[in-house]
Amino acid sequence: MLEFPRWKVWLISLVIAAGVLLSIPSLLAGTPYAHFWPKWLPQYRISLGLDLAGGSHLLLEADAGDMLKQRLQSMDDSVATELRRDPQIDVGDISTAGGRLSFMVRDPRQVDAAVERMRALTRPVALTGNRDWDVSVVDSTRIVLTPTASGTAQAFKDAMGVARDVVRRRIDPSGTKEITVITEGNNRILVQVPGQDDPEALKKLIGQTARLEFKLVDLSANPQDAQQGRAPPGSQVLPMADGSGVLTVKRRVMVSGDQLTDATQSFDQDGRPDINIKFNTAGARRFARTTQENVGKPFAIILDDKVLSAPNINEPILGGNAQISGSFTVQSAHDLAVSLASGKLPVKLNVIEERTVGPDLGKDSIHKGVIASVIGTVGVIIFMLVTYGRFGVYANIALVVNGFLILGTMAMFNATLTLPGIAGFILTIGAAVDANVLINERIREEMRRGRRLLDAVETGYREAFRAIFDANVTHVISATIMAYFGSGPVRGFAVVLLIGVVTSVFTAVYFTRMLVVLWIRRTRPRALHI
Amino acid sequence: MKLLKLVPDHTNVDFMRWRNVALVLSLIVTIASLSYTVYRGLNLGVDFVGGQLVRVTFAQPIDVEKLRSKVDSMHLGEASIQEFGGPRTFQIRLPKPGGGDTAANVVATRVKQEIEKDYPGAKIDSVDTVSGKVSEELADNSALAIIFAMLGISIYIWFRFEWQFGVGALVGLAHDVSMTLGFFAFTRLQVDLNVVAAFLTIVGYSLNDTVVIYDRIRENLRKYRKMAILPLLNLSLNETLARTVVTSLTVLIALGVLMLIGPEVIFGLAIAIFLGVIIGTYSSIYISSPVLVWLGVSPHSFVKTDDKDEGATAQPA
Repeated sequence: MLEFPRWKVWLISLVIAAGVLLSIPSLLAGTPYAHFWPKWLPQYRISLGLDLAGGSHLLLEADAGDMLKQRLQSMDDSVATELRRDPQIDVGDISTAGGRLSFMVRDPRQVDAAVERMRALTRPVALTGNRDWDVSVVDSTRIVLTPTASGTAQAFKDAMGVARDVVRRRIDPSGTKEITVITEGNNRILVQVPGQDDPEALKKLIGQTARLEFKLVDLSANPQDAQQGRAPPGSQVLPMADGSGVLTVKRRVMVSGDQLTDATQSFDQDGRPDINIKFNTAGARRFARTTQENVGKPFAIILDDKVLSAPNINEPILGGNAQISGSFTVQSAHDLAVSLASGKLPVKLNVIEERTVGPDLGKDSIHKGVIASVIGTVGVIIFMLVTYGRFGVYANIALVVNGFLILGTMAMFNATLTLPGIAGFILTIGAAVDANVLINERIREEMRRGRRLLDAVETGYREAFRAIFDANVTHVISATIMAYFGSGPVRGFAVVLLIGVVTSVFTAVYFTRMLVVLWIRRTRPRALHI
Repeated sequence: MKLLKLVPDHTNVDFMRWRNVALVLSLIVTIASLSYTVYRGLNLGVDFVGGQLVRVTFAQPIDVEKLRSKVDSMHLGEASIQEFGGPRTFQIRLPKPGGGDTAANVVATRVKQEIEKDYPGAKIDSVDTVSGKVSEELADNSALAIIFAMLGISIYIWFRFEWQFGVGALVGLAHDVSMTLGFFAFTRLQVDLNVVAAFLTIVGYSLNDTVVIYDRIRENLRKYRKMAILPLLNLSLNETLARTVVTSLTVLIALGVLMLIGPEVIFGLAIAIFLGVIIGTYSSIYISSPVLVWLGVSPHSFVKTDDKDEGATAQPA
């Protein structure tokens, strides 16, 4: 029993010192004493969950149907571009019905060439050996492009990755805020923004796909047909963004937002908010050529299939800079500029869960949680002291050390403390002394059975450990399941319980044993008052 | 210093004498709890049925009826308004609006604007909007988590002890969970995600207690091979009684403080665990232990595994 090698004493002391050092920055955070903590010491901190820090939590789900639509549309665009290239292939009756793109080749002699060129547009899907689109010929002149399952799956996966990055750039253009944007499952994105208690602002930023397109206005279209949604071949009817009617535009995309390098909010000559955009080299060249060829004609600026405005091209725009006008407020122009600069969302995102906590509620919760923790701890400490005397003091030292170790471990892993996590902390304080209660009661029992002091202590620790071990495994099982199934705050609770179980076994068993051994060695007591 | 001994040194309480009375009583209460829960249903929060929850703190105490008619006049469906932790803090609960997710956003924004307009100085503490899809998943996951936790822990007990102990643990857990469910159905306390965390904690804690008693039963079964099972259970329960009382009290002290002065948002969690600790302590004595008698546990249950078990037992360094 008395053998307690020096290296073990050192090791245990080292672990405790590390725990205390790691926990202090988190305890000082937010108090006026924070700057007294020397810079050269560890700076790990526990982050506060949204329920404590205040902020917004949004769970977004990708609209798979919209992704298919966007993918079909972009295929439509590349097919149109490809067929216009030399030697041009004349096609008609383009249809996107049933999620497939099909068209008729007017000259039967060109069918084979068309199939060849369509095949060149498809790409192999990594690791599957399939291509992302199937090209087939129906009725000898109709070419049908069908998205393959593996191609769609891959595109969806890619789209989610892009969407996540776009969302992050839109919420935090400067990349300096402590926000969380992660994909969950295959089709969800979780967004958490501490300190932001107006989710509406966030949703405005995320809600726009921001697909910007420049198309020529179809001047030949009959306004009455347009009212009924009918457009000549190669054209389409689009609503105006301000709700003032519809406009018929050519289907062909002259320049698109993909070729932007930057977008900023500015003002036009009359002081109305507008957006300044800058194209990359390829975009600037196309924009210059289009405006040169169409001077005097109206040019439609289209955002997410709605016409923002259709100004006349007064002169060729050659520098790659352009202004987008529309009926904007400063805020909406700014939001749109951020959205355009961050790129378009490859898939529409719907908000399926939204939680907001104001900053005061969080502060109040921390305040009450800290007071409850302190009073609860003091209550347990007094109770242990009057029940077990010296051994109660050891258990209490272990309890306080355990508190530091939990905080230190959480800080080291940068774990998140949530409101239920505080409850977990308090519960751990109550439950952690269980190990000491088991040990101490066993020692009492062995003393009653007439064992000598050393023997009783030794047996107490040994026999109690079995039950302590099994009992803590049950906690680990329930906490692990909680961490796996739980979301946000509940997971925070589970994490505190898990860490608490491990640290409490360390402090309640090994650390108190060390204290007891050192005391017995030093004083060689004859009797034990327990 | 005279140390406090809540339980005298040599207790000899004949716990098992009342085991049949306790069983009948537990059976009645458990069945009553479950049927009441099924009949009345739980007061499920927006986490599990979808909808919106807005928590507001007003600058002055307000007339609830006026606020109620205000919210009703917005025609957002059946709204419920409850005081929450103080006379100035209320929670307004709104059903899931039809017409997709954008509609939900509109509702929350409107309630916020109307309140801020009519009650200057009012603060919106929190807004939760949960769609039907998410709430269904949360409900399914929560039910699965509780069931998996119960099964997982029982299987662990089976491995560490014997199958009878695993069954005893499972029966005890089912008892504790049903009783706590009944409590929530009866008090109409709102069941949210935090309460599910509480249920999982109860499962873990209740077993903690059972494991300590089972460990002692196993030890005594090996020690006193000739002793009849009932006296042996009584002996084990009496030997661990002091520990049971002291540990339950420390946990109850800590939780009681949290329940009384802790943050309102986790009151449901605190009271559920508080209650679960009491029920769990009772069931370890009167449910999980007598089950061993009915399943025919005897010293022979352990004879064949003696050697293996000794080796598998972890030892402190």
